[in-house]
Amino acid sequence: MPAIPNRPRVEIFAERAIEVLIRLCGISAILFVFGIFFFVFREGSQLLFHGFNFREFFFSQEWYPSSQSHVRYGALALIAGTASVTVLAMALAVPFGIGAAIFIAEFCGPRAKESLKITIELLAAIPSVVWGFIGLTVMNRVIITLFHTPIGLNVLNGGLILALMSVPIIVSIGEDALKAVPDSYREAALALGVTRWQLIYRVLVPAARNGLLAAVLLGVGRAVGETMAVLMATGHAVHIPTSLMDSVRTLTATIAAELGEAPVHSEHYQVLFIIGILLFTITFVVNLSADLIVRGTRGR
Amino acid sequence: MFEATRFTRRKRQTELAVRAVFLLMTLLMVLPLILIVGYLVYQAWPILSLDFLITNPRNGMRAGGIWSPLLGTIYLVVISLVVATPIGVLAAIFLNEYARESWGTRVINLAVVNLAGVPSIVHALFGLGAFVLFAGMGKSVLAASLTLAVMTLPVIIASTKEALAAVPQPFREACWNVGATRWQTIRHVVLPNSVGGILTGVILQVSRAAGETAPIMFTGVVFYKAIKEGDPFAYSLFGQCMALSMHLFTISTQVPDVPDALPYGTAVVLLGAVLAVNALAIVVRMRLRSRRKW
Repeated sequence: MPAIPNRPRVEIFAERAIEVLIRLCGISAILFVFGIFFFVFREGSQLLFHGFNFREFFFSQEWYPSSQSHVRYGALALIAGTASVTVLAMALAVPFGIGAAIFIAEFCGPRAKESLKITIELLAAIPSVVWGFIGLTVMNRVIITLFHTPIGLNVLNGGLILALMSVPIIVSIGEDALKAVPDSYREAALALGVTRWQLIYRVLVPAARNGLLAAVLLGVGRAVGETMAVLMATGHAVHIPTSLMDSVRTLTATIAAELGEAPVHSEHYQVLFIIGILLFTITFVVNLSADLIVRGTRGR
Repeated sequence: MFEATRFTRRKRQTELAVRAVFLLMTLLMVLPLILIVGYLVYQAWPILSLDFLITNPRNGMRAGGIWSPLLGTIYLVVISLVVATPIGVLAAIFLNEYARESWGTRVINLAVVNLAGVPSIVHALFGLGAFVLFAGMGKSVLAASLTLAVMTLPVIIASTKEALAAVPQPFREACWNVGATRWQTIRHVVLPNSVGGILTGVILQVSRAAGETAPIMFTGVVFYKAIKEGDPFAYSLFGQCMALSMHLFTISTQVPDVPDALPYGTAVVLLGAVLAVNALAIVVRMRLRSRRKW
């Protein structure tokens, strides 16, 4: 940049300084992501590299972290717990989320669209601990009454709550994806005399396929990482579920429940950090693929 | 007039059916919000009063109000806001005003997306490892607020970026043409024209920070701490505090024999605050859109 005459040196210096500051803040996001990985890794690394039993961790369902004689860190049941509530949540949230996205993008007038989007934004804003409380009180009672089970804190409860929590992100990303389909596609299809259903099924969904997939992936990421709601709503039993009415415990809930009791730098404490590394890796991969998929469509 | 053929009629029927199915799917998502909020308010109604807000929990948290957790949440939100806003806004300025389309910029954008996707409990582990232990802050209001700040950074970056991108390029070009530098242009043209959008992001950050529980659980928030009622400076930066979200978790799962109305009241205050803050963001955004001149 050519120096401007009459410009005080202080000002030029200040400008430089502020640019450096802006650049620093710009790369801060990268620093934080690395920082998160580094510090979580650091706390768990000692055990991870010195005799951590990976086979036990991934394939054993014996989770006895604070037992005196029989200490076991088998996370299979916890992984199964996370998987079961996530799968159920997605089975509910994906069809409803995509359906709602289609309704908002294709069937609504501008007014209805605006109010529905606001409602979904508010739905997304409800704190996870409030969802957990709803699971603990309302859903619990509803499930006990409807299914005559002794306790309503189970896979079904957690799955329902998680579905409600991840639906907003699926709707908003899915709606973006549908909006990005060029109008010429719609016009061409309508000119051929298709019904609205044929238009959606044959033209819009295939055209927005990648964006919709990204929406689903982000929903999965949200569901896997959710902590407080599943901690309160799934019943807290380390156990591989065989039915919807079984209580389970997820990876996230285990960290939240046990970190407070584990002495700092003990083996148990480090195993909890290793679970954290696992969670970080899962959500990192899920978010990265969602982002690459969205970018891929934009590139075309 | 033409007579509708059987084909047209069938077409119209499918049309209606499809519309109804999608409408139903949408309603099934909207209804829970109304039902849940309604039910919570109904259950909490008897206890909601000004007294509930300004008295401490008493009797092992089985009676009294929510003054100390409420004040703690305000502390955490304000401090995390003060830390996250400048970093987030400057980061967004970098991404939108300075960075060129390059490999490095892509990595930064990816990092922002991933930061938003990190599970809240992993943020808790990070806060514990980095702020509490490594930086030696101990479990404190400061460590918990910094953890919240890192967690809510992507919210501010995303909405600020959007607000900056909405300022038309000719505004900047006109400013450069009269000899202003990049920063002068940003300071006097870009920022004043996007301040509303940035404000929306900041408001959303507040709502996010107020509702989070997991990241503050192990970094500075305790189950119970007695403070003086009515004293707004009762917590210190390096001491521990209570928080509304944590208080709701505690009294609904950890403490036996809590009267029903108490957790419902806490939930309604927390939910009400978060939804009110979000509604404020929505109002700000709508007013800006209707006022925009370009």
